[in-house]
Amino acid sequence: MNIPYLTSIVIFLPLLGAALTMLARSESAIKWSALGVTSLTLLLSIGLYLGFDPAVSTAAAPQLANMSSSWFPEMFDVKYFVGIDGLNILLIMLTTLLGPIVVLSSWTYIGKAHKPYYTLLLVLQTGVTGVFAAHDIFLFYIFFELTLIPMYFIIGIWGGENRVYAAVKFVLYTLVGSLLMLVALIYLGYAAGDAVNGGVFTTDWYKLVSYNMPLEMQGWLFLLFALAFAIKVPLFPLHTWLPDAHVQAPTGGSVILAGVLLKMGTYGLVKFCLPFFPNAAQEYAMLFAVLAVIGIIYGALVSRAQSDAKKLVAYSSVSHLGFVVLGIFAFTIEAMQGAMIQMINHGISTGALFLILGMLYERRHTREMTDFGGLATSVPVLTFFMILSVLASAGLPGLNGFVGEFLILIGSFKSTVLGSPLLVALATTGVILAAVYLLYMVYQTFWGELEIEENATMKDLNGRELGILVPLAALMIILGFAPAPFLAKSEPAVKELLQTIESKRIAAEEMASLSEGIARWTPDSEASALTQTD
Amino acid sequence: MDLSQAYSMMWTDLGATLSLAIVALAGLVLVVFDAFKPRHEATPWIAGLALMAGFVIEMMNLSTPEGLAWFDMMRTGGSAAFVNMLVLGSGALSVVLSVPYLKRIEHNIGEVYTMILFATVGMLVLGSANNLITVFVGLETMSICLYVMTGFVRSEAGSTESALKYFLLGAFSTGFFLYGITLIYGATGSMEFGAIRAAADASAGFMFWGGVSLLLVGFLFKVSAAPFHMWTPDVYQGAPTTITGYMSTASKAAAFAALIVILWKALPAERWADVLAVFAVITMVMGNVIALSQQNIKRMLAYSSIAHAGYVLVGLAAGSQAGYAGALFYLMVYTIMNIGAFGVLALLEWDGKEGSEQTMDSLAGVGYRKPFLGWSMAVFMFSLSGFPPLAGFLGKWAVFAPAVEANLVWLAIIGVLTSAVSAYYYLRVLVVFFMKPADEESPAASTPFDVPRASAFVIAACVVLLVLFGVTTFALEVTQGFFGAAALASTP
Repeated sequence: MNIPYLTSIVIFLPLLGAALTMLARSESAIKWSALGVTSLTLLLSIGLYLGFDPAVSTAAAPQLANMSSSWFPEMFDVKYFVGIDGLNILLIMLTTLLGPIVVLSSWTYIGKAHKPYYTLLLVLQTGVTGVFAAHDIFLFYIFFELTLIPMYFIIGIWGGENRVYAAVKFVLYTLVGSLLMLVALIYLGYAAGDAVNGGVFTTDWYKLVSYNMPLEMQGWLFLLFALAFAIKVPLFPLHTWLPDAHVQAPTGGSVILAGVLLKMGTYGLVKFCLPFFPNAAQEYAMLFAVLAVIGIIYGALVSRAQSDAKKLVAYSSVSHLGFVVLGIFAFTIEAMQGAMIQMINHGISTGALFLILGMLYERRHTREMTDFGGLATSVPVLTFFMILSVLASAGLPGLNGFVGEFLILIGSFKSTVLGSPLLVALATTGVILAAVYLLYMVYQTFWGELEIEENATMKDLNGRELGILVPLAALMIILGFAPAPFLAKSEPAVKELLQTIESKRIAAEEMASLSEGIARWTPDSEASALTQTD
Repeated sequence: MDLSQAYSMMWTDLGATLSLAIVALAGLVLVVFDAFKPRHEATPWIAGLALMAGFVIEMMNLSTPEGLAWFDMMRTGGSAAFVNMLVLGSGALSVVLSVPYLKRIEHNIGEVYTMILFATVGMLVLGSANNLITVFVGLETMSICLYVMTGFVRSEAGSTESALKYFLLGAFSTGFFLYGITLIYGATGSMEFGAIRAAADASAGFMFWGGVSLLLVGFLFKVSAAPFHMWTPDVYQGAPTTITGYMSTASKAAAFAALIVILWKALPAERWADVLAVFAVITMVMGNVIALSQQNIKRMLAYSSIAHAGYVLVGLAAGSQAGYAGALFYLMVYTIMNIGAFGVLALLEWDGKEGSEQTMDSLAGVGYRKPFLGWSMAVFMFSLSGFPPLAGFLGKWAVFAPAVEANLVWLAIIGVLTSAVSAYYYLRVLVVFFMKPADEESPAASTPFDVPRASAFVIAACVVLLVLFGVTTFALEVTQGFFGAAALASTP
């Protein structure tokens, strides 16, 4: 299958669909057009998955790339540049997979203002796909911010009781981080442009990666970039927007938020922070790993204390994403691979949990775990999917969560950058704690006696809901038993990335010691004369 | 020079400043026309057509390189054409928005349109000035018309009050401005930008810099930069809404354009970078922080316009070709956003509540009643707070990038942080529009609410332009071409 501009089509087809839904008149036309567009996008994205060949190196250019440099005036080397590489292919697939699932999950959940909801949902999908596909950091930034606008409305209009607070908090948190990143991005663009692009401001990812930044510049630029992504992940202690946003958002919003929006943060760390600023990244690796481990344990403990099931799952995201961040800052192939696959796993299993909780909410209009109990007898099918998702999320071997967490943990043990088995041992307790709070939720809601009348008469899954959950459940099992083909997609890219990081790190250190040497050898009078002529 | 030569030169110059001539002539015609046919339907049409004609003419002048006219008193083409385009476009759109609005508040009188035309004349002179005297003449023509327009709804106490306030403070700032010109003339012996630069480069003493400081005070007052912004909230809130939209955009664009040209041509600009940076910081912080606590949308937008003056100052502080170009681009984007936002606000006064009284709460849920206005306002608000892919983002980028390039990273960081603050109050408007239930019992809910087609067209045009200038960069490219060395050399 060889469709020209396929990557761009997958990115922008939902946007086109948004225009289509805007024109649609009746409620069902809106829903069906949204479903049609997202399904078509999913189908087309399979072409990306098949077209991407991990054996072909993406060290010089991404595969299936679309590029146009006529976007900006000539004095800026800012391009429309999208493409597929080992780091983003699975995330793009996850995004396009969640597209129709989210539309279906909103089918009856969204009770008012259908048209703007589905329009915004489609715009959001374009934003997220664009974030993952962009190979120009300016373009990345535009897509990154573009996701804020629809998400703000989705939480703020169709959310729960406290939706306005949650929506505004979500936007402001992300905005502070990303605007600071914008300044760093501009600075980086000029510096890299002077060094590797003949004085022309550049935001091309490949050119920025090839730029060997002096050590003294790396520190603050890394922190500004990492802050933006850490807020998005969210890394403890910047996580407080997440529970609010998750709990208030409608099911569809929660699924996208947990499934792909948070991954923009971890993906940003992998794609930009590490290769652009390797020395600073390794210097601060311990800080981030410690924060990640605090997040793992803290998130798990807070989850256990919740009475609201959705809040419980929301805090579990903090915990699970902590594993991903730990894996990223371990700088080993295993851990990085684990982080890549864990991003997908978390999207699938937490997405499924939010979907099922949404189904329960539609039936009972409550999320308090004490309002349920004994559901296993009244809704056995739903219970089956719930338990499967919970076990996947808790990292049971044979299901997807195990693969990622296991790889991250062994990779982090081996890590020479972190060099702290104690820290990783602490992280391991997160796996146990995950079982504690997730099984507690199952115990509260699904086991026990059926005491409440409404629970006993609750309807089991209908066809639409089954259609949503079956693909996710299948993926949990496939990824659990046979993760190899998926891991193989990202392996060469991860290896390459780590090699680039290592060689850049050494080069920057050599450069620093060299300039130190020069400073020592040059007589003072000459040195001052040099700086004056500068 | 003999008479016939002067005569032919006059025609050449008139051709070069044709838009100015057309608008001035239309203004004069309207004065007479309105005297014989008061409140005639054709009055706004004539005004609008004159402004549109001027707009088209300047658009065609855009590609001609900078030149001089009227004995080197005025600049033509290039950046002057660009600024004139902004001013004329803002005027034309405001006329269209004003007609239904003024009809509704029962003040659809011909003098308003005449005043818009004369104010535009002043702005055109200001925006294309090449001499401090021309600057002064333009500034005063513009200001006096604005004083009148602010206060023409005589029955409204707020309107009259704001006009008086504006007039007194404006006259005071003019004094500063004029004294500044005097001192500069005393120090350099010239009023023409190039000559001032030459003299200042040779020797610039206390008198010169004193004069420049006073001049700057005058300018900062006109562009409502802090700490000279005190008049802005009252005047913007008190003036009729569509007029506020006009004066918050066109007058700011013209005054900033004159300031940019003076910095670029008449002063050794690099010396002013730090001063402008400090004013930019004060302006951005004051504007954005005070806007947070406003309950009235119109007043909030007044503070927001102060903040936006701060962003433009960031571009000026960069002191580079790209910085000036970015500032001009920003002014264009700002003009589109504000015309649109005030246009929506003007329509939202359907329930008879003046914009000056309308609080956030009285507009609850209005986004559902009029989805078109609601979602258009969403575009304006997101653009004002600088979200991509809207033009407001590219505008911010255009002023912050040169600042970073000029090693003013700290200034850019303060700028983006204040713009994160601004997102809070812009989003609050959308919270009110979309996330608060409408009060079904209020009389406003049962008042019929029509959106006139012409107004809807203007607002839709603003939305389209914001998206267009957000995802394409050709306008940015156009502005980048204005401040090259070639442009400086061509005007001795």
